[in-house]
Amino acid sequence: MEERVTYNDDIVKGFVFSGIFWGMAALLVGILISYQLIDPKLNYSPYFTYGRLRPLHTNAALFGWGIGSFMGLFFYMTERLTRSPLWSPGLARLQLYLFNITIALAGISLLAGMNRSKEYAELEWPLAIMIVVVWVIFSVNVLMTIIRRREEQMYISLWYIIATLVGVAILYVVNNLEVPVSFTKSYSAFAGTNDANVQWWYGHNAVAMVLTTPPLAIFYYFLPKSTGTPIYSHRIGIIAFWSLVFMYLWTGAHHLLWTPVPDWVQTLAMAFSIMLIAPSWGAVFNGYLSMNGQWHQMRENYLVKFLIFGISFYGLQTLQGPAQAVRTFSGFIHYTDWVPGHVHNGAMGWVSLVVFAGIYFIIPRIYRTEIHSVRLANLHFWLAFTGQLIYSVSLWTAGVQQGWMLRATNPDGSLSHTFMETVAELYPYWHARAAGGLIYLAGFAIFVWNIVMTVRSSRRQQAAEAA
Amino acid sequence: MLEKRPVILLVMAAAAIMIGTVVTVVLPFRWISAQRPAPSAQAPYNALQLEGRDIYIREGCNNCHTQTVRSVVADVLRYGEPSRAEESAFDRPFLWGSRRTGPDLARIGRKYPDQWHYAHFDNPQEFAPRSNMPSYAFLRLPLDTSLTERKMRTLGFRYTNEEIAALKGKTEMDAMVAYMQKLGIGTGKRKQ
Repeated sequence: MEERVTYNDDIVKGFVFSGIFWGMAALLVGILISYQLIDPKLNYSPYFTYGRLRPLHTNAALFGWGIGSFMGLFFYMTERLTRSPLWSPGLARLQLYLFNITIALAGISLLAGMNRSKEYAELEWPLAIMIVVVWVIFSVNVLMTIIRRREEQMYISLWYIIATLVGVAILYVVNNLEVPVSFTKSYSAFAGTNDANVQWWYGHNAVAMVLTTPPLAIFYYFLPKSTGTPIYSHRIGIIAFWSLVFMYLWTGAHHLLWTPVPDWVQTLAMAFSIMLIAPSWGAVFNGYLSMNGQWHQMRENYLVKFLIFGISFYGLQTLQGPAQAVRTFSGFIHYTDWVPGHVHNGAMGWVSLVVFAGIYFIIPRIYRTEIHSVRLANLHFWLAFTGQLIYSVSLWTAGVQQGWMLRATNPDGSLSHTFMETVAELYPYWHARAAGGLIYLAGFAIFVWNIVMTVRSSRRQQAAEAA
Repeated sequence: MLEKRPVILLVMAAAAIMIGTVVTVVLPFRWISAQRPAPSAQAPYNALQLEGRDIYIREGCNNCHTQTVRSVVADVLRYGEPSRAEESAFDRPFLWGSRRTGPDLARIGRKYPDQWHYAHFDNPQEFAPRSNMPSYAFLRLPLDTSLTERKMRTLGFRYTNEEIAALKGKTEMDAMVAYMQKLGIGTGKRKQ
């Protein structure tokens, strides 16, 4: 007896479109602040200075574009993998409104200078509470849908979704513990070195639970869907899953090498960072081996191109990350432009490419039509790819150059360069970075156009059919 | 087995997450807090310096400036002796930063006279033409002191009523300069 399940796709649309909107905002602010670094006259005080806009950029990217799109794609995947409708469409609708209100208020409050200063946890306590509420509503809905599923086996993507729900909850609540002074001002519950250690346990595991487990869930679902062949090994996926969720949490202090954090905490972080290569590359190999006999699809299927290049950036990212986590190398490149180069390789290469693939896959299916233009999707791919490479390669080069200059000494042991002399050398790289960002933005605009045209053509088709 | 039991999977994933968390985040509290000096040994911040610190946070200065000297040769040669845990023992939040678009500030206190800081905040390019630091001339606004007393009490810092009263007429830039001049003073040694 085959029962037809009606999936709730309106909510998927709501979150995906919100994610795209905030993604565009994050990119535009990113372009502005990349030019502010070149020309300080572009700072419009007090609201539009680099110091206030940079948290706005990271929050819009991480929480608006990242979490927004993940919520939409998680709902889409969860419904289909459980063959069940969403547990509560009403709660999901409430979550959508609350999510967008929270992100909008977050943007306004950051411009107004309400800022806890802890990276990726800048929002003041009333907004942090709103984020927790949104997350709890989201988690309950997804978990109840999974518990009441009609498909007994849980596919690996659901594992990563479950880990995301619990991981983000633990991290966010602990790092946002605050003592309020007023409605818009509070002080951290932790002090000094403890606060630093808690912050980077959070900061690095935001990378794990926001920028790794969700895109992996998406990758494991959409790669087989796009190629039409199953994933190479569910077992590798499971082994990698447990080692990843276990080992990631030990590594936060690699952001604090050579600082007053106890040496043994730093050393543990270093060791576990290197061990993390194994589960990370487990996922990379699983992706590559799933392509056995299917590599011709790299030419024919733009979705596969986004996904396989995405997982390749993940592979690069998870080799570079452990290298940076070693004391010697960290001493050299930490605090330079190398690090934003690394971060954007992950954000614009790995995470966004995989999210683009997911959105390109679901929108035509939800609207029962074809993508408006495969050629434009391919153009988007190449713009994103080149934009990202120009961005990261120029900043890695800048980081290495500044690292060398800062440590260069004269024969008598004194420093060869003042700090200012090293900054003056960075401007050409900053121009290249901004150009890379502009190319990436052009690709994103084409992506938005393609999605809008797909939706519009579907509406026209339906109107024609109804007539 | 687990692929059919979502609740057990959830609990086990949470347990896996908690092991590393307890070892690397919860346990170090003992090590780190053991190095905390008595509050009297280090005067944390006076009211004006604390207000300056909050402006530093509000303007997101930590996005471009670190406040931690690492125990690597180039850092020590450039900025002074390495930062120690007790120096930031009363800092909520910590302000070590993650990127040096500008120089480290952990030992900036008394490196320059007050007048240098005022002029530099007004127009950084006057001192370093290739600097990309924005002008902070807009900080020459009256300082909002409505929360100062409550802030000092929340943080457990000692203060006198005269100290709070003396904030009348101060500007935000006065507070910022006071904070700059306090950084690294009484605790660490700057490079000579």
